[in-house]
Amino acid sequence: MNPPATQAFIKVRDVSKYFDKFCALDSVSLDIELGQKLVICGPSGSGKSTLIRCINRLERHEAGEIRIDGIVVDDSPTGSAVLRNNVGMVFQQFNLFPHLTILENLMLGPVRARKMAEADARDLAMHYLERVRIPEQFSKYPAQLSGGQQQRVAIARALCMAPKIMLFDEPTSALDPEMIAEVLDVIEELADSGMTMICVTHEMGFARQVADMMLFMDHGKIVEMGSPKTFFTAPESDRCKLFLSQILRH
Amino acid sequence: MQLIQFMQFIMSKFCALMPSSLIRLLGLAGLVSLGGCSGNWGWYVVNPATETGRQNLAFLIDGLYYTIGLSVTAICISICLGLLVALPALSNRRAPKAINRIYVELVRAIPILVLILWVYYGLPQVASLSISVFWAGVLALAISDSAFQAEIFRAGIQSIDRGQYEASHSISLNYRDTMRYVILPQAIKRILPALGNQLVYMLKMSSLVSVIGMQELTRRANELVVTEYRPLEIYTVLVLEYLVVILIVSAGVRWLERRLETN
Ligand SMILES: Nc1ncnc2c1ncn2[C@@H]1O[C@H](COP(=O)(O)OP(=O)(O)O)[C@@H](O)[C@H]1O
Ligand SMILES: [Mg+2]
Repeated sequence: MNPPATQAFIKVRDVSKYFDKFCALDSVSLDIELGQKLVICGPSGSGKSTLIRCINRLERHEAGEIRIDGIVVDDSPTGSAVLRNNVGMVFQQFNLFPHLTILENLMLGPVRARKMAEADARDLAMHYLERVRIPEQFSKYPAQLSGGQQQRVAIARALCMAPKIMLFDEPTSALDPEMIAEVLDVIEELADSGMTMICVTHEMGFARQVADMMLFMDHGKIVEMGSPKTFFTAPESDRCKLFLSQILRH
Repeated sequence: MQLIQFMQFIMSKFCALMPSSLIRLLGLAGLVSLGGCSGNWGWYVVNPATETGRQNLAFLIDGLYYTIGLSVTAICISICLGLLVALPALSNRRAPKAINRIYVELVRAIPILVLILWVYYGLPQVASLSISVFWAGVLALAISDSAFQAEIFRAGIQSIDRGQYEASHSISLNYRDTMRYVILPQAIKRILPALGNQLVYMLKMSSLVSVIGMQELTRRANELVVTEYRPLEIYTVLVLEYLVVILIVSAGVRWLERRLETN
């Protein structure tokens, strides 16, 4: 469990997060190297979302430190800049912009935040729409797409910002069963292309395929961390065993 | 006979603007309510068949120009002002929220008529500037309405899902761009019907600017009553004028709502 002393791309050190008195993250430490694929699982309310939201600074942690590329993630200009330039996020509820077309959803970040020329942003957007296999939907509005298509658009939107690491918070939990595969395929391809990622998911088949590290959380703590092989075959803690037996039963 | 000519004249003034169903409805209402007791009416004052009648009618209807000018200018200003006042209410900090609350509560507590009088007679003394009747009216109406606009904007912006802010954050948009390209376009779409209702409210409240001499619909009716001494007929025309304008605006708002829904 002790992280190595080398300079990891993302370093999470003793991070705690409280909602009023409630401790959602209890002194969590974690290292992620470039190119690594981390899958996080754990029961509902165990702090999985809170952890990746702290990395993306959608939540502010009270104690500890998060560094990306050696730079402390905080509200300072350098802290915000390192986030802006490195981290993309995909949400459970897609969070597409409903008043914009698919193409506009994808171009907004590059044009407004990156000051990219419209034509270049359009090319970039079309490139990533092709990668998530829905280039023909570019002129539609999000509501006209299926859930699976919307989530793929959300992935493309994050990729347009050229992040070094992608955070996924239960990307398939809001999807109808028949659409889960098309989204997982896209994420898997992304993983194969070398993208660093942290993915919260309960899709254990996908985790086996993609993860090079598994992480089990409970009550705001990291309970178990290890390679998928040992994680699935010989988990150490009882809580993890119980969780896996429940989730793998069906 | 006079009555029918009168209705025809009114209609010809508005025909271009109104949907035909509205015209029929109004015509019917007019005939039913006025036809029954025509003995007591002196329609000659606004009879379009006579020269003075036509002049009087034209005098009354020309007030529309000011009523609409006042209301539209005031609502444009009050929307901007309302948005400015609404933004601090969205802050997590206490001071900006307090500023918003104080502004809204204070402005809502002042009767519009009092505000009009104060701006027109009081402000020039305080700020030693001369202000025209029109701009005094616009200013008073805009300030008064801005408190309501601020509440409408606040509710509209707060109704937008938190995920929209989080998605904006995750594609590195700053606060200004998040508001401008993500939150406000959605919020404004939601509050458009409410903004339309404010315009209706504004059209009605603009009648109060008559007290400082603005030559809008109500003032003109009052002046004509003094010279012609036919309050019943002249104020009936006044009622119809407001009715027609406001029904048109309401129909426009509903049309806009329908169009937004289908989008
Ligand atoms: N904004 C919040 N306010 C209060 N409590 C919260 C908030 N967000 C999360 N929590 C609590 O923190 C705990 C961890 O939440 P979360 O990280 O979302 O869990 P998970 O994603 O593992 O299901 C939960 O008990 C949840 O109720
Ligand atoms: Mg969660």
